[in-house]
Amino acid sequence: MTEFIVITSGKGGVGKTTSSASIAVGLAKHGKKVAVIDFDVGLRNLDLIMGCERRVVYDFVNVIHQECTLKQALIKDKRYENLHVLAASQTRDKDALTKEGVERVLNELKDEGFDYVLCDSPAGIEKGAFLAMYFADRAIVVVNPEVSSVRDSDRILGLLSSKTRRAETGATPVMQHLLLTRYNPARVVAGDMMSIDDVKEILGIEVLGVIPESEGVLAASNSGVPVILDEASNAGLAYDDAVARLLGQTRAMRFLDAPKKGILSRLFGS
Amino acid sequence: MGLFDFLRGSPKQTASIAKERLRIIVAQERSARGSPDYLPLLRRELLEVIRKYVNVDQDAIDIQVKRDGDHEVLDLTVTLPDKSEAAAAAAAAAREA
Ligand SMILES: Nc1ncnc2c1ncn2[C@@H]1O[C@H](COP(=O)(O)OP(=O)(O)OP(=O)(O)O)[C@@H](O)[C@H]1O
Ligand SMILES: [Mg+2]
Repeated sequence: MTEFIVITSGKGGVGKTTSSASIAVGLAKHGKKVAVIDFDVGLRNLDLIMGCERRVVYDFVNVIHQECTLKQALIKDKRYENLHVLAASQTRDKDALTKEGVERVLNELKDEGFDYVLCDSPAGIEKGAFLAMYFADRAIVVVNPEVSSVRDSDRILGLLSSKTRRAETGATPVMQHLLLTRYNPARVVAGDMMSIDDVKEILGIEVLGVIPESEGVLAASNSGVPVILDEASNAGLAYDDAVARLLGQTRAMRFLDAPKKGILSRLFGS
Repeated sequence: MGLFDFLRGSPKQTASIAKERLRIIVAQERSARGSPDYLPLLRRELLEVIRKYVNVDQDAIDIQVKRDGDHEVLDLTVTLPDKSEAAAAAAAAAREA
């Protein structure tokens, strides 16, 4: 069975692409056959985060317009051969994606025996975001503990339960998870940032993981190596936990507490 | 970076990696944007032709339109795999076939 997962948020810049890349790699590390698709037409970025930007020959829109085969457009990851990337096109044409086209590509991925197809949604609630979520079986709603992000994710939760194929056909609803990213425990403790419990209480859905704000994320993007592969980074370890939970394992939440500043780290910086 | 990080061994400097990756991809995209529409297609077809003879990777081919005074120059660079890599790739291909 192929599972279609959308990574979405409403608000921009909250960590959808960072999360898509790491979750895709995490699932591939577990031996799953994974494809990750960049739905952000016009603003291709997933390829950079995955580190395959120079290997994009054909893109998602080329496949939809049948200018190449799906096989030609899927970029095989250099680290995991069971992981594939489908890049967004750089076209400015907003209508480049069609519902029928997206459905055809997703069906083809299903026929190819993919276990997971991740759809990295663009920000907003326009066509790209709509198509990224339409065929989803599961949604990972990326949210920052910040007012506008939380409100926007609630909008998205509403759309997930009304404007998706599962909603329209009356099938079992899209499974929904929250992924809290850019979490800063020190600021939560100081009362400057909403806590995981605050966000959970407002949105009322289950939390798949909490990804701390981490310097490792910038280094990972710089290098084109998704942060989940950086075992020295708390964000990487937190993504690893989130992927395990997605696969049904139980993992305690980590990195929720502010690191205590001991005398050593005070002296030497951290 | 604190002294502690320093003692643990300085972390890899990634900004320079980012800059180098961006330098290449931005140049490639700008030259694609500054007209000839056929450039992406040309790149694909060249890649296919080259691959008939040498097993090069997609990122081994760099194609740009550059200005040289009054002329536009099509600048094509193909990085060939080194001998041992090429032999390994050929062996792998033979095994797959
Ligand atoms: N846990 C984190 N710690 C620190 N920085 C982070 C973290 N997660 C994401 N970022 C940074 O936040 C920025 C936005 O991330 P990203 O591109 O993944 O967001 P996005 O939701 O995909 O954005 P868009 O809506 O534009 O597609 C990037 O600079 C990224 O490096
Ligand atoms: Mg993004």
